[in-house]
Amino acid sequence: MKSLSDLQKIRDEAKKRVSMREGNQNYRVVVGMATCGIAAGARPVLNAFVEEVAKNNYSASVTQTGCIGMCTLEPIVEIFDLEGKKTTYVLVDPRKAIEICEEHLGKGKVKNEYSVASLEAKR
Amino acid sequence: MERVHVLVCAGTGCTSSQSDVIVEKLNSYVRQFDLDEEVKVIKTGCFGLCQKGPIIAIHPDKVFYCHVTPADVEEIVVEHLYKGRPVKRLELTDIDEETKEKIFDIDQIRFYAKQMRIALRNCGVINPEDITEYIAQDGYHALGKVLESMTPQQVIDIIKASGLRGRGGGGFPTGVKWQFAANQPKGQKYIICNADEGDPGAFMDRSILEGDPHSIIEAMAIAGYAIGANHGYVYIRAEYPIAVERLNIALDQAKEYGLIGKNIFESGFDFDVEIRLGAGAFVCGEETALIASIEGKRGMPMPKPPFPAVSGVWGKPTIINNVETLANVPIIINKGSDWFASIGTERSKGTKVFALGGKIANTGLVEIPMGTTLREVIYEIGGGCPDNKNFKAVQTGGPSGGCLTEENLDTPIDFDNLVELGSMMGSGGMIVLDEDNCMVDVARFYMEFIVEESCGKCSPCRIGTKRLLEMLADVCEGRGTLHTLHELEELSYKIGQTSLCGLGQTAPNPVLSTLRLFRDEYLAHVVKKKCPAGVCKSLLTYSILADKCRKCSLCAKACPTGAISGIPGQTPYVIDPNKCIKCGACMTACRFSAVVRS
Repeated sequence: MKSLSDLQKIRDEAKKRVSMREGNQNYRVVVGMATCGIAAGARPVLNAFVEEVAKNNYSASVTQTGCIGMCTLEPIVEIFDLEGKKTTYVLVDPRKAIEICEEHLGKGKVKNEYSVASLEAKR
Repeated sequence: MERVHVLVCAGTGCTSSQSDVIVEKLNSYVRQFDLDEEVKVIKTGCFGLCQKGPIIAIHPDKVFYCHVTPADVEEIVVEHLYKGRPVKRLELTDIDEETKEKIFDIDQIRFYAKQMRIALRNCGVINPEDITEYIAQDGYHALGKVLESMTPQQVIDIIKASGLRGRGGGGFPTGVKWQFAANQPKGQKYIICNADEGDPGAFMDRSILEGDPHSIIEAMAIAGYAIGANHGYVYIRAEYPIAVERLNIALDQAKEYGLIGKNIFESGFDFDVEIRLGAGAFVCGEETALIASIEGKRGMPMPKPPFPAVSGVWGKPTIINNVETLANVPIIINKGSDWFASIGTERSKGTKVFALGGKIANTGLVEIPMGTTLREVIYEIGGGCPDNKNFKAVQTGGPSGGCLTEENLDTPIDFDNLVELGSMMGSGGMIVLDEDNCMVDVARFYMEFIVEESCGKCSPCRIGTKRLLEMLADVCEGRGTLHTLHELEELSYKIGQTSLCGLGQTAPNPVLSTLRLFRDEYLAHVVKKKCPAGVCKSLLTYSILADKCRKCSLCAKACPTGAISGIPGQTPYVIDPNKCIKCGACMTACRFSAVVRS
């Protein structure tokens, strides 16, 4: 370590690893991980979210929860923003997860086509 | 990819209730469920709520579990970490006073809501054995800033302007102390971190060293730069093995990263830290005795002056700062003196950590801004006395301090207010006493401690405190008279005026304070030969009320000395006072409140 800027580099690197403990992110991603969710493939979806968030430094925490209720539409992912507004994405797979991350967490736009609202509308 | 961090308290309190076993089991279940890439188990420092330990925090879910046992680990891993369903029965909760609903949010739980963690900022947040986690919290940034852009005098000026005062007892302004040492001619100087925490019940310094050892190392280096010292000692008692181990790990890591050693940040400044273990003598918390102990001599105080800032360890200018004081230094440098000075009261800035103990619901460590009232600390943060007992007093300042009573509850806590009320801040022990505590017995407890810890160098302390203890024992055991109280008082003043060091000068304080505030209790002991709180055994008698006795024989069965006689179902039972050892077992056994104590 030779200077303050060397220290800053270590700090920025280390900060990424501990940021999940701070709880001041813009989004909270919640993946349904009950039996129904896991059977429908929620685990790879969860992993995809965790990896995307880490890779792109999105300000988001990824947590899991139990059964959300609509088991036929699992894997279900809910994204809460700072005001508590909730968007529910259904029938998510890892590919969709990456798109959702890009649009919703990256650009702040709801990825409508995967949301439960658009599914209802189609029906 | 890490998804969840499980932080387990690895402080001394939680370790003694098996948090180390919990960590092992967590790791093994996490592997068993193939979660080891996603879940990281981390040992961290004290969360403060030791009453409810072992405590586990799970992030980013922000879930806190309390009273966790190794048997609960499987459920936590399977339910929470694997399936995402927090284990409600283990969650730390509080009851909302208005709605009577359960609160799970950690920021709203009363124990934490009123706290402000500055000295304890990283305890329970980082892994103390990983320097990069400390760096992630801006660790060593203050040292870098000081070495790259400030002169030693600027550093001292910031500390002076912040109003930081020593947290170890006396409350001497830290910046002024540094200035004394800096003003000494150039040459070998030393920084000592006083980690010889000895007040009964106080453990904030241990918790800081266990939970955030790097903050102390960084602060010592900053202090070294400010006064022109390049060598530091941490004087710590060997009774703190976890703290010593973490400090050693932290020192090794800091050396490896070049944050201590030669030419730090290429500034030309060298700084080294050495650990010196003490044997746990209370008197070695006194500066001159501490220095003697570091030099390998018997730990005994010397008259002051010369002050250590002029002539300290090895006869060189030395600054001795307490652990908690040092823990405040890096954050003051980072955030500025104005920020620090904006917290607290006019003459006491910042926060103070208190170790809450005794008759209080939430035993543990709390850090509050100066100026918080005792009522807030005891009732809102501490949760009041358990079992609906009445609050009687709170003892602050350890064996050098005194008691505060109900009428002082609304006084804002700071250095000067506590002294004005006849007590002191001390290192921050706060022992809450309720109606079941006898104040004479409390004074006797502290005097026993002092007699044990007196180093014996000066006679007022060596002989005087022993005499005080004998007189207190007389009062407790019914041999005391009004004259004893008079003598107690007189001898107390003499010891205070004539002892060599702070230990002896303040040793009579618990006696004087209880005599002043609870004279009626002393009088009850010596005049009526009664102990109102029912603590002093010699003054108690147990008897059975004949009209309430149902002749069931339970009391006689419970009595360990066969002092109770009677015939089941026929005659009421009677206690033989000559055989009775006043253990109270009969009183506990009786279901009809027929056994009374007077």
